Amino acid sequence: MINLLLFPVLIPFLTAMILMFFPKRVSAQRTVTVVGMMASVISSAILLYTVMRDGVQAVTLGSWPAPFGITMVSDPLSAGLVLTSNLITLAIVFYSFRSIGEGREKHFYYPAMMFMLTGVNGAFTTGDIFNLFVFFEVLLMASYVLIVLGGEKRQLRESIKYILVNIVSSAFFVTTVAMLYSVTGTLNMADIAAKITEIGQSGILTVIAVMLILVFGLKGAIFPLYFWLPSSYAAPPVPVLALFGALLTKVGVYAIMRTVTLLFPHDPGFTHEMLMILAILTVVAGCIGALAYFDLKQIVIYNIIIAVGVILFGVAQMNMAGLEGAVFYLIHDMFIKAGLFMLIGVIIAITGTSNLREMGGLMKTYPALAWTWLIAAFGLAGIPPLSGFFGKLLIVQGAFEADNLWGGIIILASSLIVLLSVIRIFIHAFWGEPKPVKGTSKQIYRGLFVPAALITALTVFYGVGTEWLRPVMFDAAEILHQPSIYIDAVLKE
Amino acid sequence: MEILMSVIIGFLFMAAVYLILSRSLIRVIIGTGLLSHGAHLLILTMGGFSGSAPPVLADGVTDFVDPLPQALILTAIVISFGVTAVFLVMAYRAYQELETDNMTLLKGNDEHD
Repeated sequence: MINLLLFPVLIPFLTAMILMFFPKRVSAQRTVTVVGMMASVISSAILLYTVMRDGVQAVTLGSWPAPFGITMVSDPLSAGLVLTSNLITLAIVFYSFRSIGEGREKHFYYPAMMFMLTGVNGAFTTGDIFNLFVFFEVLLMASYVLIVLGGEKRQLRESIKYILVNIVSSAFFVTTVAMLYSVTGTLNMADIAAKITEIGQSGILTVIAVMLILVFGLKGAIFPLYFWLPSSYAAPPVPVLALFGALLTKVGVYAIMRTVTLLFPHDPGFTHEMLMILAILTVVAGCIGALAYFDLKQIVIYNIIIAVGVILFGVAQMNMAGLEGAVFYLIHDMFIKAGLFMLIGVIIAITGTSNLREMGGLMKTYPALAWTWLIAAFGLAGIPPLSGFFGKLLIVQGAFEADNLWGGIIILASSLIVLLSVIRIFIHAFWGEPKPVKGTSKQIYRGLFVPAALITALTVFYGVGTEWLRPVMFDAAEILHQPSIYIDAVLKE
Repeated sequence: MEILMSVIIGFLFMAAVYLILSRSLIRVIIGTGLLSHGAHLLILTMGGFSGSAPPVLADGVTDFVDPLPQALILTAIVISFGVTAVFLVMAYRAYQELETDNMTLLKGNDEHD
């Protein structure tokens, strides 16, 4: 019973409210945002430390006893994800100084970012299914602002589709929560899990599980529900794209992880089998997309979809190795996607285009950028000892243990395609004859490159320091594997 | 009562889907409104219609209505109200910029903006 786990939700929220009082004073906006983010990062680091030391932390708002009030729960998985999102947002704040433009900064760019982080952290922390819906709406509302901010033609066109898809999925979410409430009579996730264990997972509950996968799959972009993602994400400027690519889809993936392991683990023959097939199809569809485009943004966006497939494939194995690999890969993917998007932002700032055919030879003029890109690309593909390796290794091990031989082989083969797709960027952009580029000032280049390189360095540490991070991932996977730990932590205060 | 409500909810969903699939942007927005109304009515129905007294503690009253679905609907209505307002403003801005509200003309692709 500590309030610590509310701080990563409340600090960005308060920061956003303070920021809204003086939108036109850009330097004050930047300072307050950075101070707020620092506080949020520190509090979430302390939270992760506390969770690792004392076990799962739960607080029920208003001191109601557990199943009746709204519960917030921090286990190693959610605390780790909260810390990750805070670190990424901090890096993207620094990145935005030189790239987002004063016009957007004066029109509530930073408050929208902070509100989105509030929603993301809240969705990771909450232990109440309806509260999850509310936090989803908080982050979606902020994302509507971010995606349309600037009001370019393309942004307006794509944001209409984005908002429509999300309204439909929210309506489905409310419907599903209503059905779940009528069957179990409670909204607390731990309590729902306990009740479902008691009454058994009947047919209607499996239907509800599939509906939840559908709702979160629409937000987390699984096959065939990812159709809206590539064009919507390509519309906003690069910092917003990095924020969306690193955080938004991962919230959906986290929600799927949580619901299929905590609420509906009793009928794996149907729900998890379905999830596994969808995950493999997601990987295949993402691979096709990643190879089909000659556009920097699109290639990396399709890599988001591949990663979602890989993570969910790990979850669908429902054994320790698969789940631990999924957790490892989830956090790796958040960092590496933020890094990759920030790096392509640097390339776009230098060349003035995102079309691969119109660039080349950057190796001579920007060697540091080239080598950073290569490291990030190897990390994404999972070349040891970089960050993607260990997660994928565990996922494939989990697949082999669960006798899903072909699935594991497809995941392994997809790594090659991932590598090919990002190395293609390396070859076209950095090798070859230098082409005339727009160029950019030293100051802007440094302002963009330093945060991107820092995030990439962080992914290298994440890969090399696997041994130190292992306890966090192991505890997170253990709670996913044995929901009773989570249930007891919430219900037996 | 449950049967009647189910029919109404189904009808609302049907109308919503019809409107969302139409070409005009304003009809799409009205469709999303109907969709959320259907979802709200569904919460009310799923909470059950038992209970005769309002959920306020008073002497001698034991048969309460379940207050939770009402709290949920209140939250959901506020959210859908806000989202609809944002959507309307965005549609108006898009109409000003793009000079059309026809969804088939809003397809676009990466090559031309």
